[in-house]
Amino acid sequence: MSTAAAFSFKRPSVIPGFGLTLGFTLAYLSLIVLIPLSATFLKSTELGWNGFWQTVTDPRVVASYRVSFGTSLLAAVVNLFAGLLVAWVLVRYRFPGKRLIDALVDLPFALPTAVAGIALTALYAGNGWVGQFLEPLGLKVAFTPVGITVALIFIGLPFVVRSVQPVLQELEPELEEAAASLGASRLTTFRRVMLPSLMPALLTGFALAFARGLGEYGSVIFIAGNMPMISEITPLLIITKLEQYDYAGATAIAVAMLLISFVLLLLINLLQWWSRKRHTE
Amino acid sequence: MTSSHSPVLTEAPWLRVTLIALALTFLALFLLLPLAAVITEALRGGIGAYWQAIVEPDALAAIRLTLTAAAIAVPLNLVFGVCAAWAIAKHEFRGKNLLTTLIDLPFAVSPVISGLIYVLMFGLQGWLGPWLSEHDIKIVFAVPGIVLATVFVTFPFVARELIPVMQEQGNDEEEAALTLGASGWQTFWRVTLPNVKWGLLYGVILCNARAMGEFGAVSVVSGHIRGQTNTLPLHVEILYNEYNFIAAFATASLLALLALVTLAAKSFVEWRAAQHAAAARLVSDQPAVAGSTA
Repeated sequence: MSTAAAFSFKRPSVIPGFGLTLGFTLAYLSLIVLIPLSATFLKSTELGWNGFWQTVTDPRVVASYRVSFGTSLLAAVVNLFAGLLVAWVLVRYRFPGKRLIDALVDLPFALPTAVAGIALTALYAGNGWVGQFLEPLGLKVAFTPVGITVALIFIGLPFVVRSVQPVLQELEPELEEAAASLGASRLTTFRRVMLPSLMPALLTGFALAFARGLGEYGSVIFIAGNMPMISEITPLLIITKLEQYDYAGATAIAVAMLLISFVLLLLINLLQWWSRKRHTE
Repeated sequence: MTSSHSPVLTEAPWLRVTLIALALTFLALFLLLPLAAVITEALRGGIGAYWQAIVEPDALAAIRLTLTAAAIAVPLNLVFGVCAAWAIAKHEFRGKNLLTTLIDLPFAVSPVISGLIYVLMFGLQGWLGPWLSEHDIKIVFAVPGIVLATVFVTFPFVARELIPVMQEQGNDEEEAALTLGASGWQTFWRVTLPNVKWGLLYGVILCNARAMGEFGAVSVVSGHIRGQTNTLPLHVEILYNEYNFIAAFATASLLALLALVTLAAKSFVEWRAAQHAAAARLVSDQPAVAGSTA
């Protein structure tokens, strides 16, 4: 296997345990991740190309892509701005309770998604704390695609903040000083000097939040209302197919989603590579 | 931090206050309010109803199963994370970047698909299904399936925290220990581990939070049998769908508490790690730093 190649191409070192640790790593990775994932791709071939294509382009499935993509994109855009604002405020300004709030930003990572889901539903339902003010204005949030977006904003926020924060922290003040001394206004300095340096981190956070939103399930299904064609997300369709014992159909949609996720993963890796390159230059 | 910025490098006071207010309003609306909602809804029926929902047998069974799944998944991924970090951070070999990407793969997969892949492996319709049912082994819709799905979704946590920390540490100290006659194990326990313990703990905390809170993946493989294959998050869903809101939010409040404990532990570890790094900088003089970057 590739292990043999890895050994012969390994740079010699006095540090022991390479064979043992790499062997265990590859075995465990294969058993838990690679074999089950490959089995899923293999299973989808049972349908044949036509069956696969028919399943993944079924109108209800296509509608679910539209819901999943639209809400994830919108939520990621909101998080792009909100995340930059929060990161900016946390890095640049001083105010009471800052450390507590900094820690709280990770809440969406730590809070189980089902809990977030029912809490947001309770808040944005017609009689909820927030919903009661929005509904008279004609804005229905819970049980609509807007609700899905709200849940995905919650889930995606830390990705942008935590991507931008370290870069903002290490931004050299000399650059801003130089821009200011050359007569640039604060806004111009931000737009022309700081924003370009923050761009890779911002885009990485955006892509991470978007990718997470596409696959998200727990926080969304409670607030979505799950109406076919309107507010049904793609992951839920996989579950629906499974409950109808349509394993081949569930697998086909899963494979379509996996392919999209892998492309996004590649894109994120490229962004991070670009960001590192810029950083070291 | 802020104090070191000269006036030309910061915004007008009114703008600063506006930005802070905007950020805080956003965070209050999206982070604090959901937390407050969980607690209020849980206590809507008074302390008695709250307590009743938590000590009810099905809830206790769910707590037990959640703890069991985490108690298996976290140590497994801890051992894996240490092995992977040792191989990747302490050695140079071809395909290293690919391996690192593959380790992160579970994060790119929707939780629902993380459950599905095990149904396709071990379910009745799956690759190993017929053989398993012949031998009367149940994996999917039983506890082993829940553990497997939990292991999958928490797979990268320890490894991805540990790899950069170990890489930053360099190999100098290990090489010195080995030259002085220490065995590989001694080097790991006495040199490497003390250096990376905070990074390791950080990974374990995040891994545990996800293991106890996972919903989508576990939901697909669980089969939702009350008292048997229900974890805490699944128990919350069942109660909620039965319109038993007080019990649902009471159970959810336990998970919210877990999240708060996680955040506190995480902040503590970050603080200690920063102290550790500062102390290390004080001890090591210029040549040693230059050596570790070479």
